[in-house]
Amino acid sequence: MEIVLIGLNHRTATVELRERVAFSVQQACEAADQLRSRGILEETLVLSTCNRSELYGVPRELAADSSGAIELFLASFHQLPPAELNDSLYRHRDRSAVNHLFRVAAGLDSMLLGEAEILGQVREAYRIALDHGATGPVLNRMFQGALEVGKRVRNETEIGTRPVSVAFAGVKLAERIFGRMDSHRALIVGAGATSEQVVRHLCDRGIKQLRVLNRTPEHAVDLAARFGGDVVPWENLTAALEWPDLIVTSISSAEPILTRAAIERAMARRGNRALLMIDLGVPRNIASGVAELYNTYLYNVDDLTEIVEQNKKAREAEIPRAEAIINEQIEKFVHWQAGVAAGAVLGDLRTKLAAEREAFLRERLASLSNLSERDRAQVAVLLEEFMDRVVLNPAERLRGIPDLRRKLQNLEALRDFFHLDREKP
Amino acid sequence: MMSPYVLATLFFYAASLALYIWNLREPSRVAGIGATTCLLLALWLHYLALLARSRLIHAVPYDDLYGSLSLFAWLLAATYLVLEAVHRRQAVGPFVLPIVVAVFLLAHAREAQPIKAPPAQGPLFAFHVTLNILAYSAFAISFVLSVIYLLQNRRLRDHKLGSVGWRFPALDVLERMTRSSVLIGCGSLAAGMTAGFIWAHRLQGRYWDGDPKVVITILILAFYVGYTFLSRTPAWRGARASALCIFNFMFVIFSYSIVNRYLSHFHRYF
Repeated sequence: MEIVLIGLNHRTATVELRERVAFSVQQACEAADQLRSRGILEETLVLSTCNRSELYGVPRELAADSSGAIELFLASFHQLPPAELNDSLYRHRDRSAVNHLFRVAAGLDSMLLGEAEILGQVREAYRIALDHGATGPVLNRMFQGALEVGKRVRNETEIGTRPVSVAFAGVKLAERIFGRMDSHRALIVGAGATSEQVVRHLCDRGIKQLRVLNRTPEHAVDLAARFGGDVVPWENLTAALEWPDLIVTSISSAEPILTRAAIERAMARRGNRALLMIDLGVPRNIASGVAELYNTYLYNVDDLTEIVEQNKKAREAEIPRAEAIINEQIEKFVHWQAGVAAGAVLGDLRTKLAAEREAFLRERLASLSNLSERDRAQVAVLLEEFMDRVVLNPAERLRGIPDLRRKLQNLEALRDFFHLDREKP
Repeated sequence: MMSPYVLATLFFYAASLALYIWNLREPSRVAGIGATTCLLLALWLHYLALLARSRLIHAVPYDDLYGSLSLFAWLLAATYLVLEAVHRRQAVGPFVLPIVVAVFLLAHAREAQPIKAPPAQGPLFAFHVTLNILAYSAFAISFVLSVIYLLQNRRLRDHKLGSVGWRFPALDVLERMTRSSVLIGCGSLAAGMTAGFIWAHRLQGRYWDGDPKVVITILILAFYVGYTFLSRTPAWRGARASALCIFNFMFVIFSYSIVNRYLSHFHRYF
């Protein structure tokens, strides 16, 4: 019951190569079918995201050099010379493969440490393979374990909680002040790429009321249309300040566009409700004196960058805790795997001993013609009981051995002593 | 010597506090579940301790200052637990539990002595005292929430959120939680005072005999009602309202300590 993993990711391959080795849903199903029909793998799962393409599989028993066969298949499937692919691939087997998958699901192997999207992608890849009938007991158990790891790491550590991009940090800060964003209002001043990032995060966090202002109205209309907001004419900037709970500015301007006096007047009109201002412009768009006003919170790019740096360090500090969870879950999986292996070895042993007993009885009872049929049956039963008592019952006790290493050693010994592997088809 | 119930209660309160602090520093499912479980156990044992004290003094446990302090600690912990269950936030625990532990220790620092004077009896009286202590517990929670609000507000304004700042509830949530606690406190206090007036009338034939405790309690109610109105006005909403809430709680402490012990002739505990 071997597990193999062949793949490449953002660390081992260029984006051009990753694009060429990526699998669509249909291709993933086709690859799974071909790998099984060619007898290379019994169970297959393809995990393909923008940063990785990985092929997990359980080879058919005694299949020679399954990794090599998978590599050749991967190259031919994507019509690439094997040599081009070879240096970018990583290969893992058994425990190492499980460890890799669990790290992927936990976000430890991601480009952005602790990112949450990968867990959804692992879940989706597993669902597709399961629906297609490409997985079996081993990969099912392994991927269910991976999903549990991902969930636990997110719940029990802070590896994915604190924002590590400036735009997301601004939105998370808004949540520290306002709680849920769905009942709050945002005014976006500027319609460039930075503003778009913030708006995207705001929409992800459920904001419903959005207004966009820009010197070039077409850009504001475009941004507002894409995210379901309203456009406010640039001339109405001062009047528009009364409405929002959050103001995000990213305008190119030599002088601040929001002065202390303007915000002070707006605060008075809005009854001093808390106002968060995120100034992403360089030079700054909001006068620094605004921060002194009651119930206002002002953050500029440097403030947010500092928060992001702190959060990156905090995420890195969480790695040991995430790894402890991964190791715990690997132990669970390996114990399950050893239990299944014990069942298989004992089944083989029972079959082999039954065949030996039959041969022995045929050989010896042939010369004992004085025995009746009843006596012969009695001898067969006695011999079976004896074998159960001397060999099978002690072997069955293997299942209950708690120490994994001892259990695996004993299984190996059983295989060697009784030549069980040689008997396999 | 402390009874086994008291010692066990203290142990679980302390364990709960330690786990809440651990959970705030390094959030983990084990610490979070452990903290709440320990608090539940402590509440159950505390109830048994109150019962034991009650049997010892042959009276309801709040007939003396120490008993009422113990009940206050119990209600404070229970109110917090309800708040935690409703808002699913554990970050406030490390701030509430020290008060619970301190008040509990103060309450059980000395042996309960049998009361010589005939104890006040009757369900109305029990209702009056329990509701008033519940109000104090709710005000204590609002005090803690206001302190957290001010700390968090300062961190946000100074851009020094740190690791703990990301784990506290949002300012808006803290504000709403504070208002809820104050509303519970005001409701309990008003109901408790009404029960007290009726009980006094039945006992003495008059509603009020000029006791300073009554005056200060009416003032406290007025201050907190004032808070609920002011906290929604432009000039006070936010940090100023939280500061006002903290200020109001100083009167609660004054009423509970100095007034009860030295000024009141009707509400003195011994």
